[in-house]
Amino acid sequence: MVKLKLALYWAATCGGCDVAVLDTNEKILDIVNIADIVFWPIAMDFKRHHVEAMEDKSIDVCLFNGAVRNSELEDMAKLLRAKSKTMVAFGSCACFGGIPSLANLTNRSEIFERAYVEAPSNVNPERVFPKTKTAVSEGELELPEFYDTVLALGQVVPVEYFVPGCPPPVDLILKVVDALATNQLPPPGATIAAEKTLCDECPRKKEEKRITKIYRPHEIIPDPERCLLEQGIICMGPATRGGCGARCIEANMPCRGCFGPPAGVYDQGAKMLSALASIYDVKDEKEIARMVEEIIDPAGTFYRFGMSTSLLQRKRM
Amino acid sequence: MEEFEPKIIAFLCNWCSYAGADLAGTSRIQYAPNVRVIRVMCSGRVDPTFVIKALRAGADGVLIGGCHFGDCHYIEGNYKTARRVALLKKLLGQLGIEEERVWLEWISAAEGSHFAQVINDITAKVKELGPFARQNNS
Repeated sequence: MVKLKLALYWAATCGGCDVAVLDTNEKILDIVNIADIVFWPIAMDFKRHHVEAMEDKSIDVCLFNGAVRNSELEDMAKLLRAKSKTMVAFGSCACFGGIPSLANLTNRSEIFERAYVEAPSNVNPERVFPKTKTAVSEGELELPEFYDTVLALGQVVPVEYFVPGCPPPVDLILKVVDALATNQLPPPGATIAAEKTLCDECPRKKEEKRITKIYRPHEIIPDPERCLLEQGIICMGPATRGGCGARCIEANMPCRGCFGPPAGVYDQGAKMLSALASIYDVKDEKEIARMVEEIIDPAGTFYRFGMSTSLLQRKRM
Repeated sequence: MEEFEPKIIAFLCNWCSYAGADLAGTSRIQYAPNVRVIRVMCSGRVDPTFVIKALRAGADGVLIGGCHFGDCHYIEGNYKTARRVALLKKLLGQLGIEEERVWLEWISAAEGSHFAQVINDITAKVKELGPFARQNNS
């Protein structure tokens, strides 16, 4: 059998998705059995010019993790798209923008101000900021352009498959590898996870959902058997795609929404907001105001992994 | 320059606010022509997604009309709406969207003139805020 050519790339990401590939442990040998890895910056010494030298569509599958937050990442996404037959948005950042897309609640100048001036470890009285071009005596130095808006991979190039998760769980990765090996991939555009919400596969006991107070995870030791929402903890289960194996739930922690919206939902945050406001059982205006106050950061909580692909995408500029 | 005419989407509940709008019509009450009405069975049917989608799709303001507390045909749909809209306004605020673009009003079937007044008020307010500028980077 001719081996598949596999590329892995990381864009705006923490590196956890690459580690998740290694978390397949001895199964990594199965991956290497069916595929030659032709590009993997975190683990192997291939450079961009090696990819540029490849023929178009010569890579069979590219697992692209991370969001697109600057011009270099956009170029890499376009380059790998051109060289790959199948592009897979791997992990929540590539699928929905992920944690980096929370930066869409601010913008470039605010981020630069914080990172290069305000941060306590900085001494920058001359207000030196990174520039795309800097003239030095040896010539001109170039840096990628930092964008105001973090984008998901699918907002930059066409993507065939989405594998969500922060990071994608090992069994899901192996499912993808199996599908590749046996050439049994679903139709393009598919998300490789469950169709229904996490609640659908959650093992906890669910009774009537009526709460009158919200607890943040550090304020309460939750009953490990009962639905977390019913205990007043914001669990993103009702607005989040299942297929993760309820990893966080098993650890007695609420779902944070890394699998993105379930099939048919446009906006994960709006759905979660709707669900949470429904079960918060107060009628008096004062108490409604208390509820609003208790939910400290709705945008950051409900769109934690998906600001880029949410309907509004970013804070208005 | 032509004066800015805002587009207002109004989600009105079948039992109270829509009937209130009907009454405004049959009573020949004049009100701002900026409103586009979408009838829903209950204000509780108004998913926050609808409001966000309306803004994204070209609305400059959104009105949700429901029954007064205690009058909901479905007992407590309007309480849910009250909670959702309150929380939605906080969320939209974080995204840089003015609170006055989203209105929640209780309009009964007998309040035709109140309906007309609300439409005039929201139109004037949104006119003041100006067009809802959408981001075009996707």
